[in-house]
Amino acid sequence: MNVFFFLFSSIIILSSIAVISSRNPVHSVLFLILAFVNAAGIFVLAGAEFLAMILLIVYVGAVAVLFLFVVMMLNISLEEIKQQVKKYFVSGILVGGILLAELIFSFTNLDIITVRSDETHEAANKLSNTHEIGKVMYTDYFFIFQISGCILLVAMIGAIALTLRKREGVLRQNISNQLDRRKENTLEIVKIRKN
Amino acid sequence: MQIEPTHFTILSALLFSIGMLGIFLNRRSIIIILMSIELLLLSVNINLVAFSAIHENITGQIFTMFVLTVAAAEAAIGLAILVVFFRNKGSIKVEDTEQLKG
Repeated sequence: MNVFFFLFSSIIILSSIAVISSRNPVHSVLFLILAFVNAAGIFVLAGAEFLAMILLIVYVGAVAVLFLFVVMMLNISLEEIKQQVKKYFVSGILVGGILLAELIFSFTNLDIITVRSDETHEAANKLSNTHEIGKVMYTDYFFIFQISGCILLVAMIGAIALTLRKREGVLRQNISNQLDRRKENTLEIVKIRKN
Repeated sequence: MQIEPTHFTILSALLFSIGMLGIFLNRRSIIIILMSIELLLLSVNINLVAFSAIHENITGQIFTMFVLTVAAAEAAIGLAILVVFFRNKGSIKVEDTEQLKG
């Protein structure tokens, strides 16, 4: 198990370095997918099987593919790394290094109290991970669950409203005009004279 | 060597720092910044899941789910803004966003 942990985590670290350093954005997205797949493996090792599957389906299946679509649609030219990278290199490394040092310092000095009472362990073994999540999520966190659905709805409407555009010269269906048509406005009864 | 909680936290600290570094060092395209934000959220998720496993409390995994929801919404909106920006300016370089200054 710990072999797999170190395998997954080293692949995550290497591929995330590749995400931020590769020149081609398509390669970056593919490395991001690799990082997500290996993070799903880490989740399985930590006992969160449902979240691992959600990460694979939602992230690799939807979000990363959305990234890939946008990268390919925008047709970004591969350009050389400019001199400006060096301008921010020192400050970036400084901020990143300080952040990393602080995080590792605080995490290694953490006193993590593992509370493992026997009865919760027994109860946890009976139910599957998905069952457990469902039992808590649809009861204690019901309103937050609903609000997250609203967030997704707002995001969907916002994305559509941002990218929708009207082009000239494209025929469109005008629904209100269609509904406003009445018989007396459009039909005319003509009497045909008999010879 | 047994896996300890510290391993998970160090992994997430490394991932967080790499994502932060990606935002700082990146001067090419905004899309890399969006991917770096995804890396940051992933590191937060790893931390939440690890502590949820350590404490045997399912709440961490539920919050991971909400973080995933918000991350998906953020990616959708961010990419939509990116598409509109590219349509208006013809490039997504970070230097070209300077006219956004208030």
